[in-house]
Parts: sequence; C-alpha cells; structure tokens
Amino acid sequence: MVRRPVLAVAVGAVLVASGCAGAGGGGGDGDSQSINVLMVGNPQMEDIQQLTADSFTKDTGIKVNFTILPENELRDKVTQEVATGAGQYDLATIGAYEAPIWAQNGWLAEFTSYVDKDSAFDKGDLIKPIVDSLTVDGKLMAVPFYGESSFLMYRKDILESKGVTLPERPTWQQVADAAAKVDNAQPGMRGICLRGLPGWGEMFAPLTTVVNTFGGTWFTKDWQAQVNSPQFTEAVQFYVDLVRKHGEAGAAQAGFTECLNAMSQSKVAMWYDATSAAGSLEDPKVSNVAGKIGYAYAPVKETESAGWLWTWAWTMPKTTKHADAAAKFALWASSKEYEKLVGEKLGWARVPSGKRVSTYSLPEYQEVSAAFGDITLKSIEGAKPTDPGTQERPTVGIQYVTIPEFADLGTKVSQEISAVIAGRGTVQAALADGQKLAEEVAKKYQK
Amino acid sequence: MTTTVSTPSGARHREPGAATGRPPARDRWVRRAPLLPALVFLIVVTQVPFLVTLVISSLHWNVLRPGERSFAGLSNYGTVFTDNRLRAAVINTVVLTASVVVVSVLVGLALAVLLDRRFPGRGLARTLLIAPFLVMPVAAALIWKHAIYNPTYGLLNGSLTWVWELFGADSGPSVDWISSMPMTAVVVSLVWQWTPFMMLILLAGLQAQPGDVLEAAKVDGASPLKTFRFITLPHLRQYLELSALLGSIYILQTFDAVFTITQGGPGTATTNLPYEIYLTMFRKYEYGEAAAAGVVVVIGTIVVATFALRVFSSLFREEVGR
Amino acid sequence: MTASPTATADTTAAGAPPTAGAPSGPLAAVRRRRRPKDPDAAARGGPVWTLLAWILTLFFFMPVAWMVLTSFHTEADAATNPPSPFASITGANYSLLFDRGVSPFLVNSAFASILSTVLVLVLAVPAAYALSIKPVEKWTDVMFFFLSTKFLPAIAALLPIYLIVKEGGMLDNVWTLVILYTAMNLPIALWMMQSFLAEVPKEILEAAEMDGAGLLRTLWSVVRPVAMPGLAATALICFIFSWNEFMFAVNLTATRASTAPVFLVGFITNEGLFLARLCAAATLLSLPVLLAGWAAQDKLVRGLSLGAVK
Repeated sequence: MVRRPVLAVAVGAVLVASGCAGAGGGGGDGDSQSINVLMVGNPQMEDIQQLTADSFTKDTGIKVNFTILPENELRDKVTQEVATGAGQYDLATIGAYEAPIWAQNGWLAEFTSYVDKDSAFDKGDLIKPIVDSLTVDGKLMAVPFYGESSFLMYRKDILESKGVTLPERPTWQQVADAAAKVDNAQPGMRGICLRGLPGWGEMFAPLTTVVNTFGGTWFTKDWQAQVNSPQFTEAVQFYVDLVRKHGEAGAAQAGFTECLNAMSQSKVAMWYDATSAAGSLEDPKVSNVAGKIGYAYAPVKETESAGWLWTWAWTMPKTTKHADAAAKFALWASSKEYEKLVGEKLGWARVPSGKRVSTYSLPEYQEVSAAFGDITLKSIEGAKPTDPGTQERPTVGIQYVTIPEFADLGTKVSQEISAVIAGRGTVQAALADGQKLAEEVAKKYQK
Repeated sequence: MTTTVSTPSGARHREPGAATGRPPARDRWVRRAPLLPALVFLIVVTQVPFLVTLVISSLHWNVLRPGERSFAGLSNYGTVFTDNRLRAAVINTVVLTASVVVVSVLVGLALAVLLDRRFPGRGLARTLLIAPFLVMPVAAALIWKHAIYNPTYGLLNGSLTWVWELFGADSGPSVDWISSMPMTAVVVSLVWQWTPFMMLILLAGLQAQPGDVLEAAKVDGASPLKTFRFITLPHLRQYLELSALLGSIYILQTFDAVFTITQGGPGTATTNLPYEIYLTMFRKYEYGEAAAAGVVVVIGTIVVATFALRVFSSLFREEVGR
Repeated sequence: MTASPTATADTTAAGAPPTAGAPSGPLAAVRRRRRPKDPDAAARGGPVWTLLAWILTLFFFMPVAWMVLTSFHTEADAATNPPSPFASITGANYSLLFDRGVSPFLVNSAFASILSTVLVLVLAVPAAYALSIKPVEKWTDVMFFFLSTKFLPAIAALLPIYLIVKEGGMLDNVWTLVILYTAMNLPIALWMMQSFLAEVPKEILEAAEMDGAGLLRTLWSVVRPVAMPGLAATALICFIFSWNEFMFAVNLTATRASTAPVFLVGFITNEGLFLARLCAAATLLSLPVLLAGWAAQDKLVRGLSLGAVK
C-alpha cells in the first residue's frame, strides 16, 4: 500500500526537522546567553515579544524565549511552576496579588540589589503605591512593567445630549442616575457597562472597590468575615441592580474585553473599569469612539477615593540559573529607554504606562493621552492599598485580600453573584453562602 | 457467516493436554506475547501515576502553604463525599454526558441514513460534515463562545438582528444565550463537535450491511421503513453501542467547553467533575482533595461501565475466539 | 446470488487486489457482501432527502466556514453587530501568526502526533491480534482494563504526571508528550483494531494455515489487506486526538517543546479584541488535521465499515 512509504518519509522528515526545533529536549539549557520568560498575553507583553530580538538581544547578546498564555492559564502555570520549583522559567509576570504571598513563601528572588546598582533605572521615578504593593520587608520582589487603577469612562456627547453632567469625582448614586438617563439614548445603547464575568480578578475587581467605598470589607482586621454585612450587601445589591436595569447585554459573561467592545461600538454610554482601557478606546484604529470619551475618577460613596491598584510585574523564581541575565531583561523592560522604544516603533499610545511618573511628562505621550493621562496618574498615585476603605484591613490590597485562599473564595462568591446577574437567585442567598466560605477561610488566620 | 467458538473459561487446572480442551501452557504464552508490549507499556505509564494519585489523596497538601504537608488518611475522601459542589458536579456531568451522547448519536444516525444514499456532491458533503470533529476543541469552544453566542456581536444574535431588520425593526433581540441556558449552550457546542464522530461510525455500519439480505428484503416487497426497522436497526445495534461507549468516555472528561464557554457558571450550573477538580487544584490548590476526587471518579466510572457493559451491552458477548 | 464486484462508489475494493498467496475465493466473498450499486437509490424520494442532507451539512459546516471567513477580517470587522460577512479581506492576521513564530510549534506538534501514532499502532496491532484472531483467555477483562485507564480525568492525572516528569528531568521535552499521547490513545486504538481484526473471515485464516503459511506470512498477506483501511482509520483518529491535545502540552512544556494548541491560546487576551487573530490561528493549526482528514475520509468510512463490530 502506498501509505506506508509515505508515512515513513513523513516521519523521517519530521525527525530531521525536529532537530532544529529543539524537540530533543537536550540542547543548551546551561547557556547563560538565553533566558525563558513566561508572560500573560496582554497587548503590552505582545509588544515586548516583538521588539526584544532587535533591541535587547542585539545589544546584550542575551536571547529571550517567550511563552505567552492568557491570564487564567498563565496564573495556573506560573503558580505550579514556581510552587513546585520546576525551574523552567527565569522570569514570569505576576500581579500585585501574588507577589507578597509568594515572597513570603520564599519562592522569589529580590530585585533591590539590582535596582540600586542601576542608576539609569531611576527607581525614584516609579509611582509609590505600585512599588509599595511589590515590596516585602523592604525588598522589591518584582519589577513593575505596567500599572493601572480604575476610573469611569463615559461618552461626553451622549451625556450632553441628555443634559447629564458628571463631576470629576462623582458618587455612585450620581453615576446610577446618569446611567438611567442615558439608557437607550441611542437605539441599542445601554446605560453603563460593568463586569459580570465570574472571577476574583474579573467581576470582583470593580465590585470590591464598590464594597470598599460603601463601607464594607471582606474581613476586619482581626479576621471576622463580613461578607453578608449590611454594607457589603448594600454594595452588591446596588451593583447587581444597576447592571440588571441599565447594564450591557450578556452582563453575566462580560469581562474587560466585552465591555471594551461594547464601549467602542457605542453599545453602552458609560464604563467603569481599568485605566488601561483608555489607550484602546482612544486608538482610532480599533475604536469608533476615539475623542468622544470623558473621564472621571472612580465613583465613591463614603471614601475619598475608590480606584483599584494593579500591576503586572516581572518576578524571578529563586530556582533560576540566570539571575543576572533575567534581572537585566526585567530592568530593561521597565526602563524609560524601553518606553521610548515602544513609542517610536509602535506608537505612543502603546507605551506600557502606569508605573513611572516620567511617562506622563513625555510630550509625545501627553499628546496621545491628553484626555486621560493626568487622571490616570493621579488615580494611581491616590490609591491607598493599606487603607482602602472605612475600616482597618488585615492585609495590603484594594480589590483583593492578599491571602492564598482569596483566589478560590473570590471566584466562588463571584460565581454566585454572576448567577444573580443572570437572573438566578438573590443577592442575600449568594452572600450567605459567601459568608460561610469566608468564615472557613478566616478560621485559619484568627489567633 | 460467523462461527462462534466460546473461549473456555474456568477450565480445570490440570496438566496441559489436549483432553481438557484448554491450550497447553506454551500455547497460551504464545498467544499472550503480542499483547504484552502494549499491556506493559500502558500499565507503567498509567498505573504509576494512579498510585501517586492515591498517595497524594491521603495527604493534606496545599501547595500555597509550603511546609504544611501532612498525612490525612481518608479525610480527603470525607470532604469529597460531603461537598455540595462535588455532588452538583456529578449531576451536571451525568446530565451533560447523557445529553450530548444521546443527541449526537441520534443526529449522527439521521445524518448517516441521509448520507447512505447516493446524491450529487455526497463526497463533498461527507467531508464538510467531518470538519467540526477536526477543529481543535479549544478553538471550537472559543468560536462558539465569542463568535456565535456573544450577545453583542455573535453570529446567532447577529442573524436575529438581520432578520428583524428585514422586517423593519431597529435591531433584533439580544438574547444572552450563555447566561439564560448555559447547559444547553455547552451541550449544543459539544453535539456539534461529536456528531461527525458518531455519524462516521454509524455510516460505516450502514454500509456494512450484507447486500444480499437487503436485496432479499426488497424482492420480498418490504417498504424502506420496514427494512430500516427490522433489518438495519438490529444490525446497527452494536455500532450504536460502540459509538455511545467511546463517545461517553471522552465526553465525560470534557473540560475545554465548560472552561471556555461558561466557566462552570452561572453559579455551578454547568460545573462538571473535571472542571470542579480543576478548581480544586488551581484555585484552592488543595492537591490532596483533587486527587481524592479523581480516585472517586475512577471508581464510580468503573462501577457504571461494568454494569453497562456486562448487563446491557452486546459488545462483550461477541465471541471471536478462534 | 449476485456476483457483482465491489459496492458503492466510495467504498472501493476491500483493501487491495487479491494478493499473492491469499485465496481469492474468501476475499471475493467478503467483497460480495458489500452492497451492490443501487441504481434506484437516487430516484427514491430523491430531491427532498438530498435537500435535507445538504441543509444539515451546511448547518454543521457553518461555524467552520465562519471561522475561516473571520480569519480574513480585521478585529473591528470581526466584532460588529450585525455581523459583516462581506467586510474587506485582509491577510494581516496570518502574517501576524508567522511573525509570532508559529513554525516551531507546528513542528513539535507534528513530531509528537506522528511519532505517538506510529508507536500506538506498533503496540496496538499485535495486542489486538492477541485479543481477536487468537484471543487470550479473559480477553474481555483485558479490553476492559485498557478502557479503564481512561477513566481517571486527565486533570486529576496531571499533578502526579507533572511531578514524575519533573523529577525525571523530562519537562519541556517532546518525547514526554510522545509517551503520554501513546498511552492516551492506546485504549481506543486497541478497541478499534480489535474490531477490525475480528472482521477477518475465519475461512481465509484457516485456508492460509492449511496452505502452510507461517504467522508472519499470514499477517502480511491475509490480515493486512483486510485490516489496512481499519488501520488507516485508527491512525487518523489517534493523530487527531494527539494533535489537538492541550492540557498536558501546556503544563508539561515550556519554550522548546510547546505544541500548536499552546500557541493558539497565546492569542487570547483579556485586554482587547482577539477574535480575528484567533480564527486565523485556529484555521492554520487545524489545516494539517483537516487535510489529513479529507484525504483519508473515504478510507475512514471504509475502514470503520470493515472494522464492523459484527
């Protein structure tokens, strides 16, 4: 039969070709001139993958191998990798949530020594809350690549047409009223887009900030679970009602991407989410509403500020064998030099912002970020991770609780609340279940 | 055509000899020899990890709290049996698997019958029909979630809008398919992927029907419906069972569709066992519990499969001994 | 008794022309069992059923067609409501794929899939022989055992396998994937090949034995032609499952041995539109399997038909 020889040839060809693809698994892994980087698939990371070969590798001779994964898969893989000490990666992107936990587990190498030696890096330029969220015991455990807070984005033209004005620091009630007025201002346009996708970092990122500013909290300082407290309940009920009455279609499955799309296609008039959204919204290549967006600080109720704080940062597992090369890359990626490189090669709107004060003083960047640059910087600077609400907290963090159990707790409670948004069950029932789960978790920490 | 020779079982353990009807020892080992490489390979590669799973299931092990690993005995199994979420997951798994298998077998049968006839473009039709099975499941789940089900820009709502606009409305209804009927959404996407698999097996069965029997039926004046009912269906029984069995084994372990399309939600409406185990491993990071859940799934499946195969199925009654 | 040769157009001769040494009588009898060409089939209520068949076909193919079409649109066009099937065509997504370096992933996937499939067949065919043509005692138990190795959910098996592979220093190594995929596909291959080999008519084997053919001769000239299409079907299915496997690939590989599915999910991002890029990646990475499937699809049907569970 013909198939056998064809098969044999195919196998042979592949075996030959695989020699080049490193399929043998041997190869130069003791080579100090190459590092492995595991990172999340956000636009800023995709840019650095594109730019590294021609700039960093050319200048230093260090080859960088990237693995890109979406956020969920990345977290799973990074955690498994670092926790079991597999040692396959020299650098990985993690967030402000993981850094302190992993540092305390002794899994991460510190960067302070590298940063201090590199004066061009200018560590004083880094925005303080961002650095604080990555510092443990005075040592910097991860180098921030880009950072964000949260704010409110709205269609100036739509609000104007309905005679609605929002102050620069609105309250949630004002926002809800505005959403009601602009709901259906255009055919098919809803009032506001809020995340409803289950996940501790998805729906609960904005929702926890609402809880904070309504006077609620996940845990008190001495680890009493407060998930079904009146303030927490009021905040969640408010959020759920707002989304159900004036929110986007498919809210229970809507995350950042869905809301970004809804906003750019004029399917919603307002959107409360990350400051990094502004870059995409003001890019005429992907957005139909560039130039029409107004910005306001994260809405508040009982607190002065409510925006969250998040950063994706480079961290080095202790198992790395190429610490110096990895640190070099991390510092380069977060340097002013790299920001300029992105601006020149790919456009100033794509600069990984939110970590350096100086970024917002670059004239080219100011040009593209005229509408939102200032408010972004002030939001990040004004974020208070140590004291985000009306009472004291047991851990540092605004939209999350910095304990390992929070990923599971937040996800499970968010699943139930997302179900309520989809029309199943009540907020009370969901939070009652959440309280039980939270009490289980709190037991481990109560003295 | 078939001659059955029942394999002697429970033969007397006497000296190897022709008298007992049991082949001599050497003969038995010659028969076993070709089986051994595959058997040994599989035992090594699958049972060693299973033993490790058993060991892990006896530990309290949360990887985010290093240094707190301890022996747990059977307490993880206790957690598994008392956990509400796992019970809901079992029900969801059963519902999901049964729905997908039943619907895809029925649709596959219909397609197989339709494609059994000759018609113009039949070869092309068959190749187009295989395509869903060949697309990467991860990609297929993403296409269903974002390109088809999405309330704002998905194909379903888009088509509805287009139809509505034809009748002069401003826009069509914006149905949130995934939130309002999550299990159905997942089931439909899985049926789409697995129907071609069922169809192929059943089509093969249809084409393997002995021509002379069908000829005879036609000569006798039997209507197509009667032929189908009394000749074709019985012949197809074993194909139906085979496709249902193989399909069940795979669909039981569906992970991509649940993970991508609904994330097990809303609430736990579509969380099935593999997804729940995933959550235990990668959100709670309780490795011991996850391992215990895995072991329980294996035992449960063995029970169900043994029952189904020995009692209902005719697959194992086929004597093929020579 | 009609002695018409082979059946319908797309199930060609059962295997091969009569091979030397194999009695042509029994093989021809096998062929005769297939249905003869039915000239009346097309006339029987033809157009309605044909129309129905085509409607269903297009219905099933529609998502795939949409996927391919979207891969040629820009991101903004891919996400409009109502959908814009006639938006302008661009190849930008595909060049993005190659800019991102898709080739090593494709090679790794090909290596793992082809090699594991070959290994599966090498192991499964003799084993199936030992369970069908000259079966061992308790062959049903053996078959059940093979199937039972697939009862442990892959996600639960992931951790032990990860630990074992890590301790063995075999992380990020394509051979790890080869071994795992072989173990993953072996049960299915065994069940299918067992069916196909059981199809070999007893008369032929006895005739060959009486002719004095040894085991190998029997295998090559008698069993092979009958079972070859079944072999092709099994090989294709194992290849498909290996190619599309994601969970072990993403967890056990890093930068050297990553396969196509891992590359595909790298396009998903939480912070922007990605549908067009994703469709392009999905189309490109499904192509090898699609092409293999289409080339072999008639063998697949014929193979499965010959592999009839009696």
